[in-house]
Amino acid sequence: MKDQLKAIQEKALLALDEVKELKELDDLKVKFLGKKGELTAILKGMGKLTAEERPIIGQLANEVRGIIEEKLEEAKKSLSEKALEAKLKAETIDVTMPGKQCACGHKHPMSIVIDEITDIFMGMGYEIAEGPEVEKDYYNFEALNIPANHPAKDEQDTFYINGDILLRTQTSPVQVRVMEKGKLPVRVVCPGAVYRSDEVDATHSPIFHQLEGLVIDKGITMGDLKGALAVFAKELFGEDTKVRFRPHHFPFTEPSAEMDVTCFACGGKGCRVCKGEGYIELLGCGMVHPKVLKMSGIDPEEYSGFAFGMGLERVAMQRYGITDLRLLFENDVKFLKQF
Amino acid sequence: MDISMSWLKDYVDVDCSTKEFMDRITLSGSKVEGLEVLGDISKVVVGQVKEIEKHPDADKLLVTKIDVGSEELLQIVTGAKNLTVGDYVPVALDGSILADGTKIKKGKLRGVPSNGMLCSVEELGCDEHDFPEAPENGIYVFPTPQAENIGKEVKEIMDIEDEVVEFEITSNRPDCFSVLGIARETAATLGKEFRYPEIKVEAKAGGNVADMISVEIENPTLCPRYVARAIKNVKIEPSPRWMRKRLRSAGIRPINNIVDITNYVMVEMGQPMHAFDIDTISNRKIIVRNAKENEKITTLDGVERNLDPSMLVISDPEKAVAIAGVMGGENSKITEGAEAVLFESACFDGPNVRITAKKVGLRTDSSSKFEKGIDPNLALEAVNRAVQLVEMLGAGEVIEGVVDCYPNKRETWKLNYSPEWINGLLGTNVSADEMADIFEKIEIKVDRENCVAEIPTFRPDLEAQADLAEEVARFYGYDKIVPTLAAGTPTVGKKTYSQTITSMVKDVMIASGMCETMNFTFESPKVFDKLSIPADSKLRNVITISNPLGEDFSIMRTVTLNGILNSLSTNYNRRNEEASLFEIGKVYIPKSLPITELPDEPSKLTIGMYGKMDFYTLKGIVEHLFEVLGMADKVEYSPESTIPFMHPGRTADVSVDGVSFGYFGELHPKTAANYNIGTRVYIAVIDMEALIDNANLVNIYKPLPKFPAVTRDIAMLVKDEVIVKDIESVIRKKGGKLLESMSLFDVYKGSQIADGYKSVAYSITFRAADRTLVDDDVNAVMNKILDGLKNDLGAELRDK
Repeated sequence: MKDQLKAIQEKALLALDEVKELKELDDLKVKFLGKKGELTAILKGMGKLTAEERPIIGQLANEVRGIIEEKLEEAKKSLSEKALEAKLKAETIDVTMPGKQCACGHKHPMSIVIDEITDIFMGMGYEIAEGPEVEKDYYNFEALNIPANHPAKDEQDTFYINGDILLRTQTSPVQVRVMEKGKLPVRVVCPGAVYRSDEVDATHSPIFHQLEGLVIDKGITMGDLKGALAVFAKELFGEDTKVRFRPHHFPFTEPSAEMDVTCFACGGKGCRVCKGEGYIELLGCGMVHPKVLKMSGIDPEEYSGFAFGMGLERVAMQRYGITDLRLLFENDVKFLKQF
Repeated sequence: MDISMSWLKDYVDVDCSTKEFMDRITLSGSKVEGLEVLGDISKVVVGQVKEIEKHPDADKLLVTKIDVGSEELLQIVTGAKNLTVGDYVPVALDGSILADGTKIKKGKLRGVPSNGMLCSVEELGCDEHDFPEAPENGIYVFPTPQAENIGKEVKEIMDIEDEVVEFEITSNRPDCFSVLGIARETAATLGKEFRYPEIKVEAKAGGNVADMISVEIENPTLCPRYVARAIKNVKIEPSPRWMRKRLRSAGIRPINNIVDITNYVMVEMGQPMHAFDIDTISNRKIIVRNAKENEKITTLDGVERNLDPSMLVISDPEKAVAIAGVMGGENSKITEGAEAVLFESACFDGPNVRITAKKVGLRTDSSSKFEKGIDPNLALEAVNRAVQLVEMLGAGEVIEGVVDCYPNKRETWKLNYSPEWINGLLGTNVSADEMADIFEKIEIKVDRENCVAEIPTFRPDLEAQADLAEEVARFYGYDKIVPTLAAGTPTVGKKTYSQTITSMVKDVMIASGMCETMNFTFESPKVFDKLSIPADSKLRNVITISNPLGEDFSIMRTVTLNGILNSLSTNYNRRNEEASLFEIGKVYIPKSLPITELPDEPSKLTIGMYGKMDFYTLKGIVEHLFEVLGMADKVEYSPESTIPFMHPGRTADVSVDGVSFGYFGELHPKTAANYNIGTRVYIAVIDMEALIDNANLVNIYKPLPKFPAVTRDIAMLVKDEVIVKDIESVIRKKGGKLLESMSLFDVYKGSQIADGYKSVAYSITFRAADRTLVDDDVNAVMNKILDGLKNDLGAELRDK
């Protein structure tokens, strides 16, 4: 019987060495170890053995079973690995083929610029204010110290609805509306569309965008104006940006200034873009005119403030190298998808 | 305003480079826009023609020998016909540069060596107005012998060198529209002395102008002052080279000595003047009055102008002789042989001149100076300066006396100021004395002890302390003000709720693959027909611009669709395969017409797209938007077939609590055709306000389910016209508390389905919060649902 067991062991191990597929393994398991398998068949003859022989043969039979099972396990593992390997190999794809993209939308370049600028000012404690585009003459001109017959009214080529109502020519009327609310201190920026009677061409549009800023508090100085706008310019154009303030005139600020920033094209060395100046005009600003404060119900003896305003199309055009303003309103997806 | 540096230097020393001058004056408030260098030529010298011979091989060319002061005569070939031996001419030598930048090199002309070029005035950057004696087509020949100047640069000899600085003058500084104004600013900027011209008149002709003419101002508001002086024995001739040069530097064409003098004074002092032939003034009486209804005048340019009573004219008892401040009349023009000339130096109301000039369509140098506002105290000095120049030029003899009609003299005014307040506004620490020094530099008289400034009458812009603060800042230096960050009361920088929602909407659109667009908010009234909007629609109640750029831009939009459809059309016609666009923009809805108060300006989200997509692509985007905004559960979709520009069977209305806030679907093919789009277009228009009102960004946590769900699938047959919305409403109603969710997984029409019917299949999920559901629970609910579907909608359960 001993020999029979040994023979089964050898036969089984030999068969297992030959196995190529997982399926065969199961067959072999049944064949040698199953209820009707060879090992079981031999063990059925145990009854004929003597009491001394029985434990010895029993132990041997268990050993044989153990060896075969171990071998089976081994073969199973190795075959599974091979099978996986083969499967993965078969699944190889060309990873250099293009990906399946989800549709990707794009923000309009003007929106990107507006968001970027408003984000900078929000970080400095400014809220975003809004106001109507169809506006009263009072807010667009009179309350900003631009009386009837003032040449500035002509210069701006206003679209009128009637004698009192017009399309705002600047975002400055929002200043007045914010001041009138009487909540102090004020720190706001107001981006928005404005209208002037310019024919459409590469650098003009009757509808364009401005951003206005207003700060009113006790003890605000022109130094604060310079400080805030210098921080803004560095945030927008980079840490190396220098600013230059030149005296200018706006009816609603006094003193007034224009702020230039280092030319983005040459970094200040002087080039064709900046006409050799090294600087490019970015915005108008100044200390809010005491008359304007007073008209809006704020005591100029107690409060002071500064205001600034800039055209946004120019910022966008410079930033993105856009040379024709009309592209911004054409909405060709070949253009829009570049941003 | 163009200012000649050589003219400026008559009144102030500029000892730095022009570049530095331009930088410094820009930073003190007179912004330099550009620099033009006149006579920017080199190696063009005076030469004398010694020999002239015919060119051997060219009939139209001459071979000349020119003495340019070197040992040998220079052979130059020329095409000129106006030369004779002995003429002195400008000679461009080998290596010279002409005014337009052309470099002249020696070479051969038809085989004959030519060592330079003989020049016309044009090649020197001038024209016949600079040198009236120059021939129209030909070499400039010096009118006088130039033996001592042979070989010298012509730019010096002909006096054509100058630098002209172009300034941008702001509207608050009319005083700076003059050489003297800029000189005053220059002196204060550079710390130099400002030398006012010395004005002296000899008045050799004697007599008195008061005996020759009288002046009456009928409207002193529009004409605060009228000053006149007269000259006789007038000799009209070209003015001298120096005066012509200066006028040219200011962009003014020289005409004759009298006209040139008036222009010269205008440029130098900022006072426009006018010269009349005194004999044309009947009764020798000047009346400054408003024009009469339908009055006409032919101005000096020969055009008849219609006047109205808002305009001011200079007249005699019979006729208008000038439009005040704008242009003189043909009828009083100075002609050869005029016996006496009257110089008018008046002050007219700026806005009135501006409006008049605009109405008659004639904006002149004079009107543009007047419209900025002129100091009436300038008029007398200016007229004296003019007659002084008459004497200098020998253009006539000045008559004694001045007629000066000045009913209300403009006086200086005083402003109190506080150095502390000014420093507080500027964030500076300028001493009171330093401030006073600055004021005095610009001719403000200062009472230092009491801090009172007396403002000169040419500075009407200085009205209050803040204006004085600007003067301090300008001359102290804007660049010296130290930048600080305002401390003050802290504020929180943030978006408002509606701005936050708007940003979210934009983000969802972009995440859904849409490109943001920008469209004009005014458009053509024809848009309504293009969109087939009925004649009686409220949308046609529009705000009209009274002075539009044209009909196409004349109304404020009440629908947003036109902009996005035009954009889609642009894309379609440029062969872009697909375009998915959106815009968040306003419409302008009048409260009443004609408008008396500001309109409502609600914002709309507008989506427009075409390409590989269908209705449900768009609906998916819309649903996604509502989901992100936390309002998906509230929104109801219903078929909408009444919008004239939308497909009647493929449009949905969106509403919350029965209130509609938008629509989406397929554009009507006729409308698409109106916009030249040859494919299906999908459109959504949604009120932003409704999104803001219904969005819910604050979510409360619901516990996760503890017990398993049970899902049942059903397929039913319903008539075609039964819509999914109704099926779902029955399921929801009958499903009761146990119903967790349902999902439509199939809609089928085909061979096994009877005509007019469709198969609709749902997967319905049930769950209880407190126990595991058993079959009996679910069966009971399912039976209710099936009964409901059958009774309400006639639905038949399909056999499996």
